[in-house]
Amino acid sequence: MRHDHLLSAKQLSRGDIEAVLDRAAEMAADPGAVAEAHDDRLLGLCFFEPSTRTKMSFDAAMKRLGGDTIDMGSVESSSVKKGESLADTVRVIEGYADALVLRHPSEGSAKLASEFVDVPVLNAGDGAGQHPTQTLLDLYTIRENAGFEDLTVGIMGDLKYGRTVHSLAHALTNFDASQHFVSPESLRLPRSVRYDLHEAGAQVREHTDIEEVLETLDVLYVTRIQRERFPDENEYRQVAGEYRIDAELLESARDDLTVMHPLPRVDEIAPDVDETDHARYFEQAHNGVPVRMALLDLML
Amino acid sequence: MTDTELRVSKIENGTVIDHITGGQALNVLAILGIDGTSGEEVSVGMNVPSDRLGRKDIVKVEGRELSQNEVDVLSLIAPAATINIVRDFDVVEKHRVSRPSEVTGVLSCPNANCITTESEPVESRFEVLEEGVRCTYCDTIIRESIAAHISVE
Repeated sequence: MRHDHLLSAKQLSRGDIEAVLDRAAEMAADPGAVAEAHDDRLLGLCFFEPSTRTKMSFDAAMKRLGGDTIDMGSVESSSVKKGESLADTVRVIEGYADALVLRHPSEGSAKLASEFVDVPVLNAGDGAGQHPTQTLLDLYTIRENAGFEDLTVGIMGDLKYGRTVHSLAHALTNFDASQHFVSPESLRLPRSVRYDLHEAGAQVREHTDIEEVLETLDVLYVTRIQRERFPDENEYRQVAGEYRIDAELLESARDDLTVMHPLPRVDEIAPDVDETDHARYFEQAHNGVPVRMALLDLML
Repeated sequence: MTDTELRVSKIENGTVIDHITGGQALNVLAILGIDGTSGEEVSVGMNVPSDRLGRKDIVKVEGRELSQNEVDVLSLIAPAATINIVRDFDVVEKHRVSRPSEVTGVLSCPNANCITTESEPVESRFEVLEEGVRCTYCDTIIRESIAAHISVE
């Protein structure tokens, strides 16, 4: 894989994806083999909004490669609080680190950052835009559990603002997957993603009811319906309850259905699903470390 | 001399932009950065009869020949426009607008959460699609009312 930056899942070919997943599988099988692979490298963690999994897994991945991380800390404690532009912030931090991981609340922020620095920028979530490293660990989980052949994926929840959804949808076009999108009308995929899927010739169907497609799915990818997006709390409650998975509902699914979620969940997956063979979301979160190790190894 | 020509007088040197989509003349002026404060001599005809378009706008700018970049950007809101370069009252060049692959610094992104709407040292940049334009930073697609997003200073 030869990219200066990883900004969007759109830039990943099938070959790129498989190179990362193959390397991740090697590293997961023998993490000791790369324990000192990047012991002279520093990764800059620039998180302008809260993150647990993404930040900690990048931190763990870099340290398991023998390198180290530097962290700009919270926005409240950084120069951003004094009004510094993103462009200036990343230009300063590139002098301290060999690569930057950026999480920022604004769409396009990673692309902007990449235009101001020479070190690699890895987009760790830009507003409602993209989250390509999450997609790589999602694909790793899908490959491990369902494989990529004749794959049918259902993606349910907040499709409008869900950056993990946007990245995953783009990436799945590389695998000729059949994609079913399930959401309230108000949270359908944005026009730009539908445009790209159409341009890629993807097999796409949109639904408002999961039961229309559940029994056909190899993978069900659930995302949180974000309460803060709704102007009316009652409107949120009405749709949120309808987009909840529980063990009873999954009785009509295939036995080998893989249920995934980028986490954190609120109430869209009932705790009783955790005890079923379908649940793969904690395994999915754990996959963040080997996948990000592989990505850093290939990009640094 | 036709009625249209009578309404808008001839210019000696400059550019005549003809066959502008009816109602878009003021947006054309915005793209060209003409707001009357710099003393340009400008004539505007709006919603005049046209055989080709039914109704059209026409803009004549004295003493200024448009750059190719300016002409290209006009295509976003006036795809049928013709550009006539005038010297000594004669049309010396006449050509149609063509669609550029990208426009920079002309449109503002309607996505309030796009990084280009914040205080960052970048110009807006849009890829020109078959139908509409797309923000290069946040991917937002504008298909309708592109002129409403013109942000030329």
